[in-house]
Amino acid sequence: MAEHRLKAVTALGGTEPRIDSFDVLTISENAEMALASLACRNGRQAEFLKQGKKLLGCDLPEAGAIAGKGVVKAIWIGPDQWFVEAPFETHEDIARHLAAAFSGTASVTEQTDAWVRFDIEGPATGSVFERLCALDVGRMASGSAARTAIEHLGCFVLCREAGIRYTVLGPRSGAASLHHALMTAARSVL
Amino acid sequence: MTQPNRITGGLIDRAQTLNFQFDGTSFQGHAGDTLASALLANGVRLMGRSFKYHRPRGPLTAGSEEPNALVELRSGGRREPNTRATTVELFDGLEARSQNRWPSLAFDVMGVNDLLSPFFAAGFYYKTFMWPKAFWEKFYEPMIRRAAGLGSLTGEPDPDSYDKGFLHCDLLIIGAGPSGLSAALTAGRAGARVILADEDFRPGGRLNAETFILGDEAGAHWAAMVTEELRSLPNVRLMTRTTVIGAFDHGIFGALERVSDHIAAPEAGKPRQILWRIYAKRSLLCAGATERSIAFQNNDRPGIMLASALRSYVNRWAALPGQSVAVFTNNDDGLRTATDLIAKGVRVAAVIDSRSDGPNVQGTELFRGASVVDAAGRQGIRAVTVRLADGTRRTIECDALGVSGGWNPNIHLTCHQRGRPRWDADLAAFVPSEPPVGMTVCGAANGVFSTSAALRSGAEMAVTVLSDLDLTGTIPDLPKAEDAATRISPLWHVPDGGGRAWLDQQNDVTVKDVKLAHQEGYRSVEHLKRYTTLGMATDQGKNSNLGGLAIMAELTGKTIAETGTTIYRPPYTPVPIAAFAGRSTGKEFRPTRLTPSHKWAAEQGAVFVEVGMWLRAQWFPKPGETHWRQSVDREVLATRKSVGICDVTTLGKIDVQGTDAAEFLNRIYANAFGKLAVGKVRYGLMLREDGMVMDDGTTARLAEDHFVTTTTTANAVGVYRHMEFCRQCLWPDLDVQIISTTEAWAQFSVAGPSARNLLRKIVDPEHNISNEAFPYMACGEITICGGLRARLFRISFSGELAYEIAVPTRYGDGLIRAMVAAGQEFDAVVYGTEALGVMRIEKGHAAGNELNGTTTALNLGMAGMISKKKDSIGSVLSEREGLNQPDALNLVGFRPLDRSATIVTGSHFMKSEDEANARNDQGYMTSVAYSPNLGHYVGLGLLKSGRSRIGEKLRAVNPLANSETEVEVVSAHFIDPEGERLRG
Amino acid sequence: MIINHPILGPRDAQEFVYLGDAGLIDRPDWQQENAVDAFYDYLYLRDNPAGEHRELWYHEQGDRSWLVVTRNTVTHEISKVELARDVARARGRGR
Repeated sequence: MAEHRLKAVTALGGTEPRIDSFDVLTISENAEMALASLACRNGRQAEFLKQGKKLLGCDLPEAGAIAGKGVVKAIWIGPDQWFVEAPFETHEDIARHLAAAFSGTASVTEQTDAWVRFDIEGPATGSVFERLCALDVGRMASGSAARTAIEHLGCFVLCREAGIRYTVLGPRSGAASLHHALMTAARSVL
Repeated sequence: MTQPNRITGGLIDRAQTLNFQFDGTSFQGHAGDTLASALLANGVRLMGRSFKYHRPRGPLTAGSEEPNALVELRSGGRREPNTRATTVELFDGLEARSQNRWPSLAFDVMGVNDLLSPFFAAGFYYKTFMWPKAFWEKFYEPMIRRAAGLGSLTGEPDPDSYDKGFLHCDLLIIGAGPSGLSAALTAGRAGARVILADEDFRPGGRLNAETFILGDEAGAHWAAMVTEELRSLPNVRLMTRTTVIGAFDHGIFGALERVSDHIAAPEAGKPRQILWRIYAKRSLLCAGATERSIAFQNNDRPGIMLASALRSYVNRWAALPGQSVAVFTNNDDGLRTATDLIAKGVRVAAVIDSRSDGPNVQGTELFRGASVVDAAGRQGIRAVTVRLADGTRRTIECDALGVSGGWNPNIHLTCHQRGRPRWDADLAAFVPSEPPVGMTVCGAANGVFSTSAALRSGAEMAVTVLSDLDLTGTIPDLPKAEDAATRISPLWHVPDGGGRAWLDQQNDVTVKDVKLAHQEGYRSVEHLKRYTTLGMATDQGKNSNLGGLAIMAELTGKTIAETGTTIYRPPYTPVPIAAFAGRSTGKEFRPTRLTPSHKWAAEQGAVFVEVGMWLRAQWFPKPGETHWRQSVDREVLATRKSVGICDVTTLGKIDVQGTDAAEFLNRIYANAFGKLAVGKVRYGLMLREDGMVMDDGTTARLAEDHFVTTTTTANAVGVYRHMEFCRQCLWPDLDVQIISTTEAWAQFSVAGPSARNLLRKIVDPEHNISNEAFPYMACGEITICGGLRARLFRISFSGELAYEIAVPTRYGDGLIRAMVAAGQEFDAVVYGTEALGVMRIEKGHAAGNELNGTTTALNLGMAGMISKKKDSIGSVLSEREGLNQPDALNLVGFRPLDRSATIVTGSHFMKSEDEANARNDQGYMTSVAYSPNLGHYVGLGLLKSGRSRIGEKLRAVNPLANSETEVEVVSAHFIDPEGERLRG
Repeated sequence: MIINHPILGPRDAQEFVYLGDAGLIDRPDWQQENAVDAFYDYLYLRDNPAGEHRELWYHEQGDRSWLVVTRNTVTHEISKVELARDVARARGRGR
């Protein structure tokens, strides 16, 4: 990307991502993810799936799952619809890249800054999620994903490693409220 | 300090002495005590005054079904009324007060109500206070409310927090008594995901209160061992102090966990209580049973309690309710109280068994075929009068009486989905018959009363349920336990004596009230309940309902089965409103959405306004500005003079792509999009199917198959949902994909004659934004500030030369700072929503006030936009005759005749000669602003045939604001009616 | 209530938004004779049964699918859940 003059801020408004550590839990804001949505065009499924496989090194994930052999991963978000995540540093132009790769077989929309990402790590994550959402997070398998509401905010919960490592994607404008909800739940549990 | 009525034994920890106060007097108790048990151990049995008659009362029970011993706890913001002393766990420093009494519990002035009781019989509200009507609200009701009542609220904010939470399990077991524990053990060992919830702080149920031996050990010890094993199983979650309050559809349960009620104040960050929503594939109701009383004259004296409660206090808490105890029973179980007490060396004055064939009891005087007919002792029982089998009477001195009328299975949760229980004549009790789908009832809750059978029942039902869940359970080795049959001869009330015999002690309902209801024709159980208020108190009549309807059955000559029963609703026990609110209080009532420029705006001292969940800058006060109008006028004037910047990120943005994207937009917007060129923007009018305007916005065509459409801030969610409905349900084969991108882009409006000059300092020079290259309604992808990707739209809401510029949200903060810096040489301002509103009213643009769900395109002057050459939502019904009358409302402008006058939104228009009333209504004012450009107020409004009435003078009347202004009908376009500025 | 989503399995009804009778899928042809009457019937005249009812629910806090849920309005028993898109196609809707 070209060097431009504007400074980026994180969703919580800082110049650096915020990290909060408890004894057995860490809540980290993560601004290092590029994200785009990918939706299959009608009647182009075969080519679309083939391109998906090329992108991920494996098939596009089924409902509720995350897949990808390398740094690029796809997350199922709805029928014929996925998010694709990749490191921001190397993939800031992820939407442009995907649109070119899937030329005409997919609708691609940049989503990087539509979301705030919090990574929640530690053995107490299950108890914290019990205070946050109706999902049975304790039973989510590694590499699964689900959308739900957390304190009225539509969020994705991604299970990176069952019982240990999760990602919450929430609407970026609600970052402060979501962070407050996560912190409050953590303090209440730990 | 001594505890005069404390005996040996029990499940209390004597090593921990706890100090507490009741009505200002200091007492001591022990860990493991409840407030009621500790007070009884200290010889206190008067704990409350009754609701209506202010009768002195002591505890009737030892559990959550308690109707009498309601007390107020703590002080300040934590003061909490109506807590049941029988469930309050004692902690050091506990302060409790009796309630519904003045000046003191022992001498209560309102006790006079008791003497006036003939006037307060059932239905007295309806009869006594009928007339005059106006007296009801002003006099009778407040008077009654003061006289009859429970505790009062503190009025101070609650300093504690309340959480909510969600739990999932295979099997929810409700109640940790014998059946619940054996079920949990069975399911837990089988590997099922189990939640075992019990309202008590100590699992075991009646095992903790009885002297039962299980195998070779005390029942309480067996319960403790099982509890220990359950705690060690990772798949079992044992939740004590947790009441399952309701059974809802499809295996959803509500449960209240009292996390911190047993300590003086919650630990930092921890909640007082948690309201859990439990998702259970299956549930086992092991809620046990509740003993019921027998009504006789003055059976509410302090010291008279349920027989099982009496022995609970003695066995579990080593607290003696009296030094000389009598027992009145109609069944074998009641006799346990006598035998337990005798075994502990307590004096049992007499056992009165209403049956002539009851078993023998050693160590006391036994009267078979006898009944208690009266009790003496206003502040505490002194003696009972007994009618013996031969009809003679005897007075027996005692200072406590245990009464057992049999047991009612705790079927409440089986009724929450309208399940009707079934009468079991052998047990003389209602048993569950239609529990909710997925629920199985075990043990005493299912009428299985013996300990041995309850243990078996829990394990067997667990095995059955496990097989439904594809798990294999094995019945564990269950200890040998008592297996007595239920032997009862129903007795609901003792008819002797003319005084009052109490059924519902919490609502002060007597046998006489039931008779009165019958006499007056209120004979169905539902009428009986509402006429007498039987069972309508917070205990939901757990002890009393059955007695009332059994008496009604007698009076009507029907069986109890024929008479039927009322059913129960959630919650099982009262739940504080705070627990339902959870964390959603004050500023945390809902989340707040912040705009990308929020941080910068806050630094400028902006005043913010809530717009839905968004917090937007309303205006930006400058030093010396003391009134909001000064700031807003300045922002408007500066924008129209040179340039103003406004954060418009909150508008909904929806990405619409696909080979049929244009066709899709054609159908959801009334106007046509097919011919919109790439690189152009068009205004779109969206109708509901009924022809009313739903929303409006602009749609930019970024590529042949790629559009970005905007919605109003308020309708962003609803419009997206509507578009998904159209896409999935109406035209499933159109090739169109949509996704919200509202949050992905920070978007700013740059408006005013210098807008282009300002943007030239931001937009990279390779992009030509001259009027020729980038005319009105152009759009395109550009780069700014040395290479950052951005989008530029030449659209205007203010009527000025204007652009909207969008960058990835993380750069929004940087962009506002860069634009403010670049704008200095043009005296640029940043304006808020107030100035935005003023400028759109000056320009005559319809917005939320006009798109109010009742207006059509015709009303808003946009009827011509509805294309008749294509199908679109709402176009057909917009042609309905009723929406196209010649006198339909039209959006027009208004200005006051006296230019210094103010006009008020919501005013209705009247012709000058007409009286101001609904019949003469000509329409209403939708939006009003002070126009700093014109120097007077301007308004937009909907006026009948408005467009043909330009120049007419009307009155704008607002009786609510007590205002009336003479106005002139003018064009809605107050500024630049030809639209030259925005094209310049 | 729990809605057994055909793709995602059982989900709390709190995640959904209710619209109403599934008859809203059968939108009339705008060019038919008496189109105004047909649209009037479509929009305003619907049954309100005490019993089985086919209704539209939107998984707003989920995968954004519109569903046709067959629910007994008396007992809340849900006997069938389908993707509205499939129902629409089966009822002859396409482009």
